[in-house]
Amino acid sequence: MLIDRQARIIEKKTWGSYHLFKIESPEIANRAEPGQFLMIKVSSQLQPLLRRPISLHNAENGTVEIFFQVAGTGTRLLAEKEAGSTIDLLGPLGRGFTVEDRLKGQEVFCVGGGRGIAPLYFLARKLKEVGAKPVVFYGGRSQEDLPLTGKLKELGLEVLVSTDDGSAGFPGLVTALVRETLPHRSPAFLYACGPEAMMENLAQLCQEKNLPAEFSLESIMGCGFGACFGCVRKIRRNGQPSYLKICQEGPVFDLEEIVWQEKENG
Amino acid sequence: MVDLSVDLGFLKLKNPVLAASGTFGYGLEFKPFYDLNELGGYVVKGLYFSPREGNKPPRLVETPCGLINSIGLQGVGVEKFCQEILPQLAQLDTAIIVNVCGEDEDEYARVAEYLSRHKGISAFELNISCPNVREGGRCPAQNPEATYRAVKKVKEVSSVPLITKLSPNVTDIVSVALAAQEAGSQAISLINTLLAMAIDIETRRPRLHNIFGGLSGPAIKPIAVRMVFQVARAVSVPVIGMGGIFSAEDALEFIMAGASAVQVGTANFVDPDVCLKIIDDLRRWAEQHQVEKISSLIGCVKA
Repeated sequence: MLIDRQARIIEKKTWGSYHLFKIESPEIANRAEPGQFLMIKVSSQLQPLLRRPISLHNAENGTVEIFFQVAGTGTRLLAEKEAGSTIDLLGPLGRGFTVEDRLKGQEVFCVGGGRGIAPLYFLARKLKEVGAKPVVFYGGRSQEDLPLTGKLKELGLEVLVSTDDGSAGFPGLVTALVRETLPHRSPAFLYACGPEAMMENLAQLCQEKNLPAEFSLESIMGCGFGACFGCVRKIRRNGQPSYLKICQEGPVFDLEEIVWQEKENG
Repeated sequence: MVDLSVDLGFLKLKNPVLAASGTFGYGLEFKPFYDLNELGGYVVKGLYFSPREGNKPPRLVETPCGLINSIGLQGVGVEKFCQEILPQLAQLDTAIIVNVCGEDEDEYARVAEYLSRHKGISAFELNISCPNVREGGRCPAQNPEATYRAVKKVKEVSSVPLITKLSPNVTDIVSVALAAQEAGSQAISLINTLLAMAIDIETRRPRLHNIFGGLSGPAIKPIAVRMVFQVARAVSVPVIGMGGIFSAEDALEFIMAGASAVQVGTANFVDPDVCLKIIDDLRRWAEQHQVEKISSLIGCVKA
């Protein structure tokens, strides 16, 4: 974990509200693992005050990539940055996905909903390196929400897309596509990142099919490195569920650990 | 060479910059960023006697130049702190101040008494001002009598130097500060966060699960400076100022208002090494202004 205040954006791509930055930062790139994230300063002023957590889309050859969607003031300011300018990064942070050698030769599912696809590129690359066979499920509202389809295919991955409006690929939710594909395949593991409802639905499916899985969770974060206790989530680890920090103990958690819906008085 | 040291009477600090409780974890979270020995000291996260789960999320909401939190003092409790964490802190060459919490006066005393039996603690900061643990944001620091009783109780069981941390959510902060001093508190720290609320207009629900939270950050700085000024004029014990300090210039405002030392809080989240920058910039500012001792600036405001 380190701070790179002078990381240079060397490439920027934009598709509507989606943006991809390639940033030169060898020290962060060398330490980064799939599923980890960066805390990015979007303004040098006091407003907005906090850094924004953005997941690592890739880390390779001394560069890191981030892929994000404009969702509020912070990401809008981030999107305004241009190639050639510098950016203040803190990272790599958190506990990423588990990529084990035992997955060699096995098929694994990587399911991304919307901007949740971001960390799965880096993950799929690493899975390929250990000899696993990742199948990427990429779901969005519409074709415009799937800007990374080409990039994922260039990596030599099998990519199955879905759109809510049927403008590309399977018409419907990505969870339905996974459910439909599952009987014809025999994945050894499932990884997911996306909206809460998507992941909760996938968690049910995984439990039904006894498919081990890991999910990357999202939260508002104060610091990103465990100091503020602001980003907690009920997690079942070593017995009773308790509030663990998503930034430090996650953002990736095992299927069995996550408490999906906290009851009002539970 | 500028002398940055300040003397609180019961504790000499190598510089006036402390990291504030609740924003610095147990300190170890910041080890990857810099040598903690550079700090004047730091205040570890508030401790109750037993471990505490904290409040339900969402616990944070960002507001203009500010942050509202309702963490609710999630923490490990005194036993685990003394066994697993304190031995690591005791090796540091910086002031370790422990923030002492309690559901009631007895618990404050029990926590202080337990901690007093362990080495490595420079002082206690009595947290009678957290807005996130009692209904409606109430706390003992809203009442001079309750403040007096809590301080007195802790002083009876412990000889560790005591700093009392005050709440801004009062009509007359000076009366509370005087009560703490009278009960034997050797210093006053202020301000804790301001009771606050934010609403999501789409869902028409409060943004925090707990409805209320405590506002911190640059948004509260002018209020904090005013209260430090008022309290410093009224008490004879040293005052430690905090509230929205993000820079050496901010720290200097508090010192000139009467603070002998300052605490940096929310800024640690944004720039984990901000305390170091503030210390460096204080030194630079003093050099440029031919100030030999930073302590000569305490309370120097011409008002």
